[in-house]
Amino acid sequence: MLFKDEKIALSVKGISKTFQKHKNKTIKAVDNVSFEIFRGEVFGVLGPNGSGKSTLIRMISTLLIPDTGNILVFGFDAEKEANSVRNLVNRVSVEASFFKKLSAMENLLFTAGLYGISKAKAREELLRIFDRIGLSRKRIHDPLEDFSRGMQQKVAIARAFLTSPNLLLLDEPTTGLDPRAKKEVQALIQEVCKEHDTSILLTTHDMFEAEELCGRVAIFHEGKVQKMGEVMKLKAAIPGGPLVSLEDVFMHYTGTTLKEADSGFEEAETLQEVS
Amino acid sequence: MQAVLKEFRAAWAFVERNFNLVKRYWKWEVVFFAYTVANSVTMGFIGKGVENFSGTKVDVNFLILYMLIGSILWGYLSILFEIVAETVAWERWEETIEYTFMAPVSRATHLLSVCLFSIFYGLVRSGLILLVVSWFFKLDLSGANFAGAAAILGVGSFSFIGLGMIAAILPLISPEKGVQVVHIFQALLLMFSGVYYEVEVLPAWMQTVAKLSPATYALQGMRASILDGQPFSALWSFTYPLLFMGAVMLPLGIFTFSKMERYAKKKGLLKRNG
Repeated sequence: MLFKDEKIALSVKGISKTFQKHKNKTIKAVDNVSFEIFRGEVFGVLGPNGSGKSTLIRMISTLLIPDTGNILVFGFDAEKEANSVRNLVNRVSVEASFFKKLSAMENLLFTAGLYGISKAKAREELLRIFDRIGLSRKRIHDPLEDFSRGMQQKVAIARAFLTSPNLLLLDEPTTGLDPRAKKEVQALIQEVCKEHDTSILLTTHDMFEAEELCGRVAIFHEGKVQKMGEVMKLKAAIPGGPLVSLEDVFMHYTGTTLKEADSGFEEAETLQEVS
Repeated sequence: MQAVLKEFRAAWAFVERNFNLVKRYWKWEVVFFAYTVANSVTMGFIGKGVENFSGTKVDVNFLILYMLIGSILWGYLSILFEIVAETVAWERWEETIEYTFMAPVSRATHLLSVCLFSIFYGLVRSGLILLVVSWFFKLDLSGANFAGAAAILGVGSFSFIGLGMIAAILPLISPEKGVQVVHIFQALLLMFSGVYYEVEVLPAWMQTVAKLSPATYALQGMRASILDGQPFSALWSFTYPLLFMGAVMLPLGIFTFSKMERYAKKKGLLKRNG
């Protein structure tokens, strides 16, 4: 049985996560969040830095255990059936995390092994993916430390695609990429979703990217879902709509611009470091 | 069958990755090898110098070998613990830890394959050190039962791995100081186990602790096979406690690590850089 639930790729119900920062200080990173992603859908989670997006992704990836609520991936419980969930999920995060001294091929074959993919199949598949995402085959045996940030991110995307995930978690995958690489990655996301029956959860603070890729979005702020729905409907529902931008929608529901929210988070981080 | 094949592929992936890392960091491997040889040679000279400062006639060859076995076991345990503990620490430093921990691999496969690599690597390294050092001191090893010593080390490795897994918890729950504490843990283990002396010289309470340490039996067994050249049949008194301890400590290590992994996932400790 591949899936327990054929229609809902991801069901998040009432999840919360609080971290103990110092002796008497706690931070509620995710606060009673619920939403569903349908099979084949690209769902966006929009929010500034520190809004809890990455914590949410980590809980879905089985890397964090929520304090309350539950997460189902195609019907499998992320806490009780973690291994079944891991077989269905992969993730691309903002940092392209690799063994930097090892080559792209060595890193990717390691991933293939972890997911039980034979070397022969992985090699064949990797060459195809490399061609598709515009990575030169000549570089495949070079150490990752010799790659640019954009190229490392492409290898990270290749790593996720290699395992053919049914649910792909993209945590700000285009942050730090040049405009051309960004466009290529976005095109790839659209292709994967259409051709490979992959459902995608995309977290981003790039409103244009969200508008381009996502059917539905959730506006995330201070660990909570402030508003959720189809992009066009969200835009139409606020004063001036539907010709407003997603940034306007964000401001309408959170009372702040994304930039202000970002700088507020950075300021809080700096103060924390100083204290 | 498919599930077993999948776990085998994952296990091999860990072994191959560690081999690739050793290959890429080969210059550092040479540096650390030289460091361990220097330590062992120092211990050898302490053995050689005993006759001078005690003023009595001693079997210098025996004494040098006695010290060297302690030193080699120390080096072997360092490698074993380091590799197992670095399962967490290194991956956290490279920021790959989350990708490894979210892969569909059982933690037992993950840890055991890393340990398998560390045993193989540790045995090869220890053998090379013994070779270099014995050449340095022109030691007479004609009567030594090397196969017996390797077997003792191999059997002892099961419990060392169990302890290593428990030690690997430290960097999991303390990214900043966990690895350093692993070294303290290793030093304490050897202190109680008679690394450069017989456990009989220890105070009574320490001798009781020594009985619970697999390193005690590994050291005694290795000395019996290399120094006295005892055959396999005579090594049983050291082998069976090691087998028993391995049977307890290996599953205990996996169980404890899994429990602490859950704790780390509750507290959000996997991601921090240390």
